[in-house]
Amino acid sequence: MEREKGEVWIFAEQEDGVLNDVALELLGKGRELADTLGVPLAAVLLGSGVEGLAAKLFEHGADKVRLVDDPALKNYQNRSYREVMIELIEEVKPQICVYGATSLGRDLAPSIASALRCGLTADCTELGIGSYTDPVTKEEFANLLLQCRPAFGGNIIATIVNPRNWPQMATVREGVMKLPDATPGKTGELVRHEAKCLATLELPVEVLEVVRAAKSVNLKGARIIVAGGAGVGSAENFKLLHELADVLGGTVGGTRAAVDLGYCEHERQIGQTGVTVRPALYIACGISGAIQHLAGMQESQKIIAINTDKEAPIFSVAHYGIVGDLNDVLPKMIKAIKAKAAV
Amino acid sequence: MGYNCVVCIKQVPDTGKVTGDAMKADGTINRAALPAIFNPEDRNALEAALRVRDAHGGTVTVVTMGLPAACAILREALMCGADKAYLVTDRRAAASDTLATSYILSQAVKKLNPDLVFCGRQAIDGDTAQTGPQIAEKLGATLVTYLEDLEIRDGFAYATRNIGTGTEKVKAKLPALFTVMEKCGELRPEQVRLAMKYKKARAPMELAKETAEAEYEALKAKGLDIGQWNLDDIGCDLSRCGKAGSPTLVNKIVNVVLAGGEFQEFQPTDEDVAKLVGSLIADHTIG
Repeated sequence: MEREKGEVWIFAEQEDGVLNDVALELLGKGRELADTLGVPLAAVLLGSGVEGLAAKLFEHGADKVRLVDDPALKNYQNRSYREVMIELIEEVKPQICVYGATSLGRDLAPSIASALRCGLTADCTELGIGSYTDPVTKEEFANLLLQCRPAFGGNIIATIVNPRNWPQMATVREGVMKLPDATPGKTGELVRHEAKCLATLELPVEVLEVVRAAKSVNLKGARIIVAGGAGVGSAENFKLLHELADVLGGTVGGTRAAVDLGYCEHERQIGQTGVTVRPALYIACGISGAIQHLAGMQESQKIIAINTDKEAPIFSVAHYGIVGDLNDVLPKMIKAIKAKAAV
Repeated sequence: MGYNCVVCIKQVPDTGKVTGDAMKADGTINRAALPAIFNPEDRNALEAALRVRDAHGGTVTVVTMGLPAACAILREALMCGADKAYLVTDRRAAASDTLATSYILSQAVKKLNPDLVFCGRQAIDGDTAQTGPQIAEKLGATLVTYLEDLEIRDGFAYATRNIGTGTEKVKAKLPALFTVMEKCGELRPEQVRLAMKYKKARAPMELAKETAEAEYEALKAKGLDIGQWNLDDIGCDLSRCGKAGSPTLVNKIVNVVLAGGEFQEFQPTDEDVAKLVGSLIADHTIG
């Protein structure tokens, strides 16, 4: 069937001419999907004066970059980006289109899905290709996009398929897919598109002011993370975590509970509704291990759990465990690290 | 002049309370054991609408789609100051995904012809944040997501949005749909007078079948009727509702099993902690 020859698309989100990391992460997974299906992988790039970003997209795996470069697309607006994407999808007919589950992606993707009346699965943690049999009609569908996402507060993982209304669309949170290695010098086909809809489009929104908050915490890039949960007990005790992070050259993170209790800032939240991390070392202090939190950190290479409750679920994902009070254990750890460093 | 505001609200299982009691022996969730609550950000959405009415006059109407039990949150909304409540309930709406749900809700909202529509950013049982933007698209309304602050002036909405990397101030044309975040403000408490009054409010499906008609007429006379619509009442194309109107299908559900690998326990003693640190340095994890 014709539709099965459709390309795999990833939406190459950029802001002020800077590509969002999630676009490159999606290219890694997109490459796998496109190779399995034997179709091209295209990055769709919208903006004004952004052609220069194509090189980076090629180097990270895109066969094609589909570019709509227009002054009207300088700043993201739901109406303009949505209309351009709809026009492009109807013209080129990709079979899969994946977006980053960023603020922008979660604003844009559902609007497109609504207009095209196709499915959209939010916050997928894994994507693959597989078959599906309709349990009622017994109709078989080969080579569908399998979209895995946690549901019900992360307690179950559901696999979703859209067998009929294509394109198959999904969003993926930042940090969930691995950033692929770049192949320096790799190029591809740059396809320029004119969006006809822009000529007559009236925007219902006027952006008056944008204030970007300086990002002071970089959890995603951290090699070592010291994270605390409700069990830390107080904002005062949280200082111990900062101290440990300092001697390790790491970054401090927290669970949703720790953020809600005011122990640490919101930008430090790790988990399903926060940031997903995969550091070399994750030290979980006073974290019981709610599934929503585990979803955001269980792929860390080494996990140390420190908790007074030996039954806490965090121990089931940990490589090393210490059953004890963090107010007792952390100072010992800091002392031991300083001692080793001095040797 | 006042503004006609509609707030879409949802009753959700309190997924934050998935503890021992809510887990069945096979490790699956016993949904029935979870309390059903007014979705947190929908409460903020209602507050945002009530503030518009406080400032400019007009009406606030709440709409929910679900089983008759969802009337509990409609009553809660009335007790906090909403003027009118509607339940959209229909067996044929079962198994709707976000696309079908947004279609059905958009049909209900259209009937109310609002200037402003408010939805919570996302519901805690699915966390998809898709229904609001999709209702806006179907209404042809201006979409303003992640609302943190709102002022209506000269017939325009001046909104502050949280765009993840900061905030954005926009001027939006009406009619507009806002998806609301917690920062917009906590829902005001129930008023005693309204609570006394609206605890008796009912939708027809909540009444005993034999006497429902007469009872509902009596409730209407006292302004205690919760409006009830089925899919025909709001002019739905049935091919766009329920399972037929839902492109996404659940292929498989697996319970989360925690991946356990090799595990080594250390004692909270100086010697053991030093040993642990030593092994981390030895394999170059730290240092």
